[in-house]
Amino acid sequence: MSHSMHGFHLHAADTAPGDEQADGREVAEGLRGYLIGLGLATLITVVAFFISQTSLVWQPSIPIALFVLAIAQMGVHLVFFLHITTGPDNTNNVLALAFGVLIVFLLIVGTTWIMYHMNHNMMPMERIMEMQR
Amino acid sequence: MSAAQHIAGREIAEHGERRPASKRIIVGYGFWIFLLSDIIMFSAFFATYTVLSGETAGGPGGKDLFHLNTVAIETACLLLSSFTCGVASIGARARNDVMYYGAMAVTAVLGAGFLFLEIREFAGMVAIGAGPTRSAFTSAFFTLVGCHGVHVTLGLLWLLTMMAQVFAKGYRADILRRLLCFALFWHTLDIIWVAIFTVVYLMGAAQ
Repeated sequence: MSHSMHGFHLHAADTAPGDEQADGREVAEGLRGYLIGLGLATLITVVAFFISQTSLVWQPSIPIALFVLAIAQMGVHLVFFLHITTGPDNTNNVLALAFGVLIVFLLIVGTTWIMYHMNHNMMPMERIMEMQR
Repeated sequence: MSAAQHIAGREIAEHGERRPASKRIIVGYGFWIFLLSDIIMFSAFFATYTVLSGETAGGPGGKDLFHLNTVAIETACLLLSSFTCGVASIGARARNDVMYYGAMAVTAVLGAGFLFLEIREFAGMVAIGAGPTRSAFTSAFFTLVGCHGVHVTLGLLWLLTMMAQVFAKGYRADILRRLLCFALFWHTLDIIWVAIFTVVYLMGAAQ
């Protein structure tokens, strides 16, 4: 049943790479991609956990290092696990991702920036309590 | 393929190839848009957490509450499950039953292990009086990490559903597209976890 339908799809107009059954070479290639992704992600994670606990480096640099490592690991996941690539059938995915990143950036940076300045401009809590007495 | 779908496929394909994009690519694109909206929702929770992470109201902070060993095991569970989920999608494409069901079962066990550790952590925090009502910090923490936990729970249910669907209906093209969506969902949960263990746990424990 599934094989006859499959044969039909092979000749249909909407067949693209990935629709047909994978052979041994494709399986090996796919596995290699996931293994590279797993290796890189593990490496970055181990480094991040190590750096967060170490006293070997200048302490204020640690949050920045953690940020950079997190963004690098997200990149690894996007490329090797979610297969967001620069291929021609991926243009829309990349554009949607770029828009998503823009919104996330505006939301997080905008919120923390505004709230930080509001905290600065606010009267200290003790003064407010005094005025309410 | 209906006329409307055909036109939609043609428009999407225009940027790249001449022929209309396959249904698999269109489904993947649509689900990717949903995932991005989910990520944007999470980013609002992250912004809230960042603002409120210092507001402990005299209660315990991240340094007192977080156990990095547990977090490391949770991270390993999710990362490995992301890998086995990838292996399962290859297994499905190769119509290899052992590879598909085996990798899906391992993914389910790892996901359940992650959830077990997370629930144990939450219960431990509530037990020492650091539940969601303790301070703005714990409220933001439980909202952000709990929302990710709910996503993993739903993903786990979806995973079991996909195993049952392949078992009942075989490796049909529409089932394989659902499996593609599930794999994207599961990998995205791991991306959000990367942000959580960096921003919440590693930075929180270092403060």
